Amino acid sequence: MSQLLDSIGYQSWVLPALLIIPLVGAGVLLALAVRGNGDEAGPARTARMIAFFTLLAEFIVSIGLWWSFESGSGWHASVNIPWIPTWGVRFSIGLDGFALMMVLLTTFLMPLTVLGGWTSVRTKVHSYLILLLVMTTGMLGVFLARDLFLFYVMWEVMLVPMYFIIGIWGGERRIYASLKFFIYTMVGSILMLVGIIYIGIQAGSPITGAPDFSYAAALGQSFSPAASFWLFGAFFLAFAVKVPMFPFHTWLPDAHVEAPTAGSVILASIMLKMGTFGFLRFALPLFPGAAMDPTVRAIILILAVIAIIYGALVALVQPDFKKLVAYSSVSHMGFVMLGIFALTVESVQGALMVMINHGISTGALFFLVGMIYERRHSRLIDSYGGIARVVPMFAAALTLVALSSIALPGTNGFVGEFLVLIGAFKTFPVLTAIAATGVIFAAAYMLWALQRILFNKLDKDENRHLPDLNWREIGLLTPLIAAIIWIGVYPAPVLRRMESAAHDLVQRVERGPQGRFPRPEGLP
Amino acid sequence: MTKFDLSIPSQLTAALAPDIFLMAGAMVLLLWAAWGRESVARQRAVGVASMVLCVLVAAVVGYFMWLDATVGPGPIAMDGFRWTADLILLLATFATIALSMDYNEREGITAAESHVLLLLATSGMMVLVSARDLIIVFLGVEIMSVAVYILAGLNRRSDRAAEGALKYFLLGAFSTCFLLYGIALVYGATGSTNLTEIGERVVGNGAGNPMLLIGMALLVVGFGFKVAAVPFHMWAPDVYEGAPTPVTAYMAAAVKAASFASFLRVWMEAFPDVFVQWHYAIWWVAAITMVVGNLVALAQKNIKRMLAYSSIAHAGYLLVAILARGNLGSSAFLFYLFAYTLATFGAFAVVVVLSDRGDRYLKIEDYAGLWTVRPWLAGSMAVFMLALLGFPIFGGIGFFAKWYMLQAALDSITPLTNLAVLLVLTSVISAGYYLHVVLVMFMKPVSRAESEPQLAGRLTQWVIAAAAVLILVFGIFPDPVVRLARSSVIVPIGR
Repeated sequence: MSQLLDSIGYQSWVLPALLIIPLVGAGVLLALAVRGNGDEAGPARTARMIAFFTLLAEFIVSIGLWWSFESGSGWHASVNIPWIPTWGVRFSIGLDGFALMMVLLTTFLMPLTVLGGWTSVRTKVHSYLILLLVMTTGMLGVFLARDLFLFYVMWEVMLVPMYFIIGIWGGERRIYASLKFFIYTMVGSILMLVGIIYIGIQAGSPITGAPDFSYAAALGQSFSPAASFWLFGAFFLAFAVKVPMFPFHTWLPDAHVEAPTAGSVILASIMLKMGTFGFLRFALPLFPGAAMDPTVRAIILILAVIAIIYGALVALVQPDFKKLVAYSSVSHMGFVMLGIFALTVESVQGALMVMINHGISTGALFFLVGMIYERRHSRLIDSYGGIARVVPMFAAALTLVALSSIALPGTNGFVGEFLVLIGAFKTFPVLTAIAATGVIFAAAYMLWALQRILFNKLDKDENRHLPDLNWREIGLLTPLIAAIIWIGVYPAPVLRRMESAAHDLVQRVERGPQGRFPRPEGLP
Repeated sequence: MTKFDLSIPSQLTAALAPDIFLMAGAMVLLLWAAWGRESVARQRAVGVASMVLCVLVAAVVGYFMWLDATVGPGPIAMDGFRWTADLILLLATFATIALSMDYNEREGITAAESHVLLLLATSGMMVLVSARDLIIVFLGVEIMSVAVYILAGLNRRSDRAAEGALKYFLLGAFSTCFLLYGIALVYGATGSTNLTEIGERVVGNGAGNPMLLIGMALLVVGFGFKVAAVPFHMWAPDVYEGAPTPVTAYMAAAVKAASFASFLRVWMEAFPDVFVQWHYAIWWVAAITMVVGNLVALAQKNIKRMLAYSSIAHAGYLLVAILARGNLGSSAFLFYLFAYTLATFGAFAVVVVLSDRGDRYLKIEDYAGLWTVRPWLAGSMAVFMLALLGFPIFGGIGFFAKWYMLQAALDSITPLTNLAVLLVLTSVISAGYYLHVVLVMFMKPVSRAESEPQLAGRLTQWVIAAAAVLILVFGIFPDPVVRLARSSVIVPIGR
C-alpha cells in the first residue's frame, strides 16, 4: 500500500491538499449562495451534498496517511515554504504520531457532522456549510502547524466559524453562549501570542535580527527559569481554557448545550483535543523545566483529578441529557491531562487514546442526543422513559455508545483509560487511585441516565409514536460504532503509530533543560 | 542617489514639491468651486477633480520614493517614513472625498468647498509629516487644524455638528497653545527649533534641565490632544459624533495619523537621548489610553461614539511605537496605520450607508438582522470589526498590525513586555464591543422600522469593497506591505 502511495508522490501533496480541499468546497458553496437562496429545499439539498462529498473526499485523501505512516518516527509529509520572509514566518506543516491521529479523527468526523445536521439546520444552509468547511481547514492547520505563527493563526481562525455556528443556529441562549465561548477562548490564547513573539525573537538570528518562528528553532532554545515559567504560564492558560481544565471549564456546558448538533460534536470531539494536543506539542516539549517543576506539576495533576471527579459528580445531577454529556467531557478530559502530566510512555499513549475515544464516543452521544431532540424537542431526561420499546435501534446504539463512554472492556474507552491509569500509577499511585473512582462515577451517571431514558415505564403519551432511526442516521452511526468496537478489540495498530511520538516526548521532557530541575520526589 | 541641499532655496522648494503641488492644485480647485452656483453636479465635479489631484500627488510622492533622495541639514526631512506616511494620508483623503460625494448628495450639502478643505487639510498634514523643525511642525498643525475645524461643522443645519465643531475649535486652539508654549520652552532650553540641533544639544545642556522637561511635557500635551490620547481625549467622542460621517472617518484616520507621525519624528530625532526623562510619562499615557478607551467604548450605544472611543484605544496601541523607538518602531507604526486606515474607512463607510438621510440610524441596535437584508454589507462590516480587533485571517491585515506592534515592543532596546501584555489584554476587552456589532448584525432579528436600508451610492460601495478586499488580501500576503514598512524608517541626520 505504501509503495502505491509513494508512486503517486502522496507525501508531497497530501497535507496541502487536506488544507485546500475544504476551502475549494467553501468557494463553490459561496458562488452558489450568491446565485440561489439557501432557505429553499432544492438548493439546500444540493449544498449539503456538495459539503458532504467535499468532506468525504477529504477523508478519502487523508486515509492514505494511515499506511504511509506505518510505524515511523519524526516528521512526515512535511511541506515548508516561505510565507512572510521578512518576519521569519514560514508556511511549515508536517505530521507526527500525535498529529496523525488527530488529523484522521477530524477528517473521519467532519463528513458525519454534515449528515448529523442534514435536517436540523434549515435556514441559511449555505453559510452554515461554508463555516463548517472553513473550520475544517482551521482545525487541521492547528494539528499540522510546524511554525508557531502559523499555529497561532490557525488556532484563532477556528474561533470565528464556531462563534457564528453557535450564535446563529444554536438553541435559545445561543448569543450568550457564543460570546462566552469566544471571549473565554480569546482571553486564554491572547497571552500565548505575546509568548510566541517572545520565543520568535529569542530564536531569531543574532546577525540579521530577523525573528524565527519555526517549531524546530523554538525547540532549540533554552530559556532562563523565570522566562520559561512565564512562557509556560501563557501557553498553559491558552490550552487549559480549551481543554477545559477544572476552574476554566464554565464556558463548556453553555457552548456545548446551545450549539447545534454538528457544533457540539465538533466542539467536543475535535476542539477540546486542541487543548491537550497543545500540551503535547508545545507546552511540554518547549518548557520542560517549568512543566516538570514539582509545584506546577502537582497543581496540574490535582486539577486534573478534580476535573475527573467533579465533572462526573455534576454530570450525575443534570436533568438535561446534553448537559450531562457536556460535563462528562470535563471528566474525560481530566483523564487526558492526568495521562499527559504523569508522563510515562504508557500514560501519554493512553492520553492520546482517550482523546481519540472521547472524540468518537462523545461525538456519537451528541449525535444521538440531536436525533432524539429532533423527534421530541426536549433534552430533559425526565421527558423520556421506556422508549427502548418504541425506538429499539436508537436504544441499542445509545446503549453501546454509552458503554464505550463508561469504558467497558471490549470498547475503545477501556483501552485509553486503562493505559492512563496503568501508566500514571507508576509515578503517582495515590492520585491515580483517586482518579480511578471517576470510572465508577461515570458508570453511575451514564447508566442511571440510560435507565431513565430507555427503560423504566413508558409513561408519556408523546413518546409512544417516536419514529426509529432512518437510513441516514443509521449510516451516520455505523462508522462510529465500528470504530468503537475496532479500537476496543484491536488497538495495537493505533498504539504502534503513536508510540515513537510518545516516547520522544517523554524522553525530551525528562531530560529537561540541562537537568536544572530534578524530578519531583515528594508527590503522592 | 540624489542629495538635496536645503540651504539652496530652489532645492528646498524641490524637496517640498508634493506639498506645493497639492496646495497649488487645491487653490485652483477652490477658485473653480467658488466661481459658479452651488449645485449637486458642481459638488460632484469638484469631488472628482480632487480625487484626481490626490492620485497625481501620490504619483509625485511615488517618484520621490523611487528617487530615494537624501537631504542635508534643514527644516525638511526626506526619508521613507515621510513618503509612506504621505501615501497613507493621500489614500485616506481619496477615500474621504469618495465617501463625502455620496454623503453630501444625500444630506443636501452642496458646498463644493468641502472637498477643497479636505485637500488643504491634507497639505497641512504632509507638511507636518515632513517637518524637521518645530516651527514647521506648528505650521503644519495649524494648516491642518483650521481646515478640519470648518469640516467638522460642515453640516450647518445640525445642532450636534455645531456643538461638536465649536468644542473642537476651542479645545483645539487651546491645545495648539500648549504645543506652542512647549516649542518655546524647548527653544529656550536648547537654543534651536531644529530637531537635529535639539537632539545634539539636549544632552550637553544637562538632561535634567527643568525648562526642557516642562517643554517636553507641554509638547506631549499638545500632541496628546491632537491624537486624542487619554487624558486629553474629551473632545473626541462629541466631535466624532457631530461631524459628517466621512469627516469623522478622516479625523479618526488621517488627522490622527499625521499628528502621530510628527509626534514620532520629534521624539525620535530630538529626544532619543533623554529617553529616561520621558519614558515613564509616555508609558503611562499609553497604558491609560488603552484601558480607558477600551473600557468606555464598551458602554457606547451609538456606533460613531463607539468608533470614536475605539480610535482612542488605537491611539494607545500606536503610542507603543514611540516607546519602542528605533526602526522597528517606526515601521510597525506605519504598518499599523495602514491597517487601521483601511479598517476605519471601511467601518465608517458602512455607517454612512446605514445611517440614512438625516443620520437617523446611528444606534448599534439599528443594525439588527442586517445579515438577512444586506449580507455583503454585514459581511464587510464584520471584516472591519475583526480587523480593528486584530483577528487573524478574518480580520486580515489587522492581526499583522497588532503582531508587528507587539514585535516592536518586545524587540526594542528596552523590551516593553508589560506594555505588550497590557496591549493584548485590553484588545480582549475590545472584543466585547467589536463583536457586539457582529452579534447584532448576524444573530438578532431585524428591528428597524423600514426593513430595507437605502442602497449605498456607487462610490461608497467601492470604498467598502476595496477596503474589505485589501484587508483580506494583505491578511494572507502581507509581505509587500511589510517590506514597504521596513524600508520606511526615520533617518535622522548624522546618526
